[in-house]
Amino acid sequence: MSDEWAIRTTGLTKRFGRRTVVDRIDVAVPRGAVYGFLGPNGSGKTTTIRMLLGLAAPNAGEMWLLGHRMPAAARQVLPEVGALVEGPAWYPFLSGTDNLARFDAANPAMRPRDRQRRIAAALDRVGLSHVAKKKVRAYSLGMKQRLGIAAALLAPRQLLVLDEPTNGLDPQGTREVRALIRSLAEDGTTVFVSSHLLSEVEQICTHVGVMSRGKLVAQGDLTALRRLHRPRLVIETPDVERALRVLDDLALRDVQREQTHTGSTEPRISAELDGVLPEEVCAALVHAGVRVRGLRPDHGSLEDVFVSLTGEGFDVDG
Amino acid sequence: MSAADPLLADAAASVPRRLPAGTGSFVFFRNELATLFRRRRTITLLAVLAAVPLLIAVAVKLSSQQIAPGEGPTFLDRITQNGLFVGLTALVVCTPLFLPLAVAVVAGDTVAGEANLGTLRYLAIAPVGRLRLIVTKFLTATVFCAAVTVVITGVGAVVGTLFFPVGRVTLLSGATISPAAAAGREFLVAGYVTISLIGLAALGLFVSTLTDIPVGAMAAVAVAAIASQILDSIPQVSWLHPWLFSHYWLGFGDLLRDPIVWTSLLRNAVLQAGYVAVFGSLAYGRFATKDLLA
Repeated sequence: MSDEWAIRTTGLTKRFGRRTVVDRIDVAVPRGAVYGFLGPNGSGKTTTIRMLLGLAAPNAGEMWLLGHRMPAAARQVLPEVGALVEGPAWYPFLSGTDNLARFDAANPAMRPRDRQRRIAAALDRVGLSHVAKKKVRAYSLGMKQRLGIAAALLAPRQLLVLDEPTNGLDPQGTREVRALIRSLAEDGTTVFVSSHLLSEVEQICTHVGVMSRGKLVAQGDLTALRRLHRPRLVIETPDVERALRVLDDLALRDVQREQTHTGSTEPRISAELDGVLPEEVCAALVHAGVRVRGLRPDHGSLEDVFVSLTGEGFDVDG
Repeated sequence: MSAADPLLADAAASVPRRLPAGTGSFVFFRNELATLFRRRRTITLLAVLAAVPLLIAVAVKLSSQQIAPGEGPTFLDRITQNGLFVGLTALVVCTPLFLPLAVAVVAGDTVAGEANLGTLRYLAIAPVGRLRLIVTKFLTATVFCAAVTVVITGVGAVVGTLFFPVGRVTLLSGATISPAAAAGREFLVAGYVTISLIGLAALGLFVSTLTDIPVGAMAAVAVAAIASQILDSIPQVSWLHPWLFSHYWLGFGDLLRDPIVWTSLLRNAVLQAGYVAVFGSLAYGRFATKDLLA
C-alpha cells in the first residue's frame, strides 16, 4: 500500500446482528489533508472510526492506517495516531496530569524520561496548565474536552482522529481548536475530523466524506463537492417582471421567484448560473433598465450539499 | 516539520521508533500498581483490614475473661501466651469473608471499571494490547492479594509484640521454636493465604470482562466465594470439595507443625494454578476478540 494515503479502506463492512451499519465503504484520506467526516446520527460514522482504530472488528473489507494493514499492525501504527472518540474519558480520582501520564504509560512507544515535559507542553497547548493538578472530577465539560485534545497531542502524531473536537467548548475554545488543527495540518499531520458542525468543516477541511445509512455517498475535495450544488445567481430588484424577461433572453435555466426573507425588503429572483458570468447578467439587466439593488452568486453551502446527499428529515438513520 | 513548534520539534527527537521488548509493559504495570494503591478506595480497604488484628489484640488485652483452650477462633486462646498469634488469628477471622470481599472489589473492577469509565477504549488505542492489559490487570490483582495478607500479618506482628509477651512459641504439634523461626512461619502462612486468593482473583478478572458494571462483577465474585464455602460444608457433594477454590483456604495449620507438613500448601498451589489457567484463558479469550464499544 503506497504512502500516499493516511487512511484507506476497501469494502469495509460492519454488521450488528442483521443490521448492516457500515456497508462496503471505501474511505480515502490523503496524507496531509484535513478530512471532514460527515453524516447524520446513526449513519455509521462512529462505528467506522472504531474499526479504523482497532476497537471493533470489521465483518468484511480491508483497512490501512498510515500504509499499514489494520488491525494487524495496531501496535506499530497506533502510537502515531492521536484520537478522541465519542468524547474523552477520564479517571475522576486522578488529576489532569496523572490521567495523561497513565495514557502515556500505556503507549509502548513513549519514553518515560521526558513524559512530564511532554505532558506539560500538551497541557500548555490547550490552556489547562493552571488546573493540571486538580482532580478531573472537578473539571468542567470544556476542560475535559480540552484534556482530551491534550491527550491526542502527547507526542508528535502523523494522524489525528478527532470525533467532535469542539463539543462543549466556548467560542474562544472553538477558535483555538480550529487554529490548532490548521497549524497541525501545516506541519504535515493528517487530521480526520468527524463533525456535525458543517460551518466548522467548511472552514478547516480540505477534503470531505459524507456517510448516509452506512454508505459513503460522497467523498473528495471540498471544492469539487461544493460544485455538486450548482451555483445560482440571486438578484434583488423591484422590477421583477422586466428582470425575468432579461433572464429568459439570456436563456438561464431554473429561474425562480424567491420568497421574501425576513430582513430583506426586496423581492428576489434567482437563476442557475450555467457558464454565464455574473457581470454579464448584471450588464444585461442594467442595459434593460432594471434597477439592480443586489446581485450575488450563491455557491451553495456545505449544508445544502449535505442535505441533498443525505435527505431532509429528523429521523435518525437505522 | 516546523521547528517553531517546540512540542513537535523536541518530542520528535525523543520518540524512539522501537523500544526494547517488554519495556512498555513494565512501565504500564508500574503505572497500574500506582493507580490502584494510591486510590482512596484501596487505602481504605487496607486500613479496614489492618484494623482487624488491632481490634483482636485490644479486645484480648482489655478482657479479663479467661478463654478455655479451643474456644473462639483458632489461635485466639494462644494470644495471651504469645503475641505472634495475633496475626494468625486475624488471618483466620478474615479468610472466610473479609479477604474474599477485598479481592472481589479489586478483581471485579479490573476490566469492568475501565469499561464503565470509558477509559478502556483509550487504553486500547494507546495501544496497550489486549494480552498485555489482561496480564497486567491480573498481576496487579495478585500484588493486591499479597498486600492484604502482608498488612494483616505485619500489623498483627507489631501489635502482638507490643501488647503481649513474645518468647518461644509452642506449635500445634507441641514442639517449641524460637521467635525468629516463628516469625518465619508467619511469613509462610501469609504466603499461603496469598496463594489461596489468587484463584479467586483470576475468576474475578474473567467476570470483569463480561460486563461494564463494576459493582455487578464485584458482587458476582463475592457470591462465588461464599457459595464455594457453603458447598464445601455440604457432605452430600463431598466429591466436589477438592475442586472448590476455597477448599484449602484454612489449611495453613499444617505449616505450624514441626516438621512442616507441605501437603496442604502444595495441593492449594496446584488448585489455584488450575483456576488461574482456566479463568485466565477464558478472560483473555473473551477480551481479545470482543468489540470495545464501551
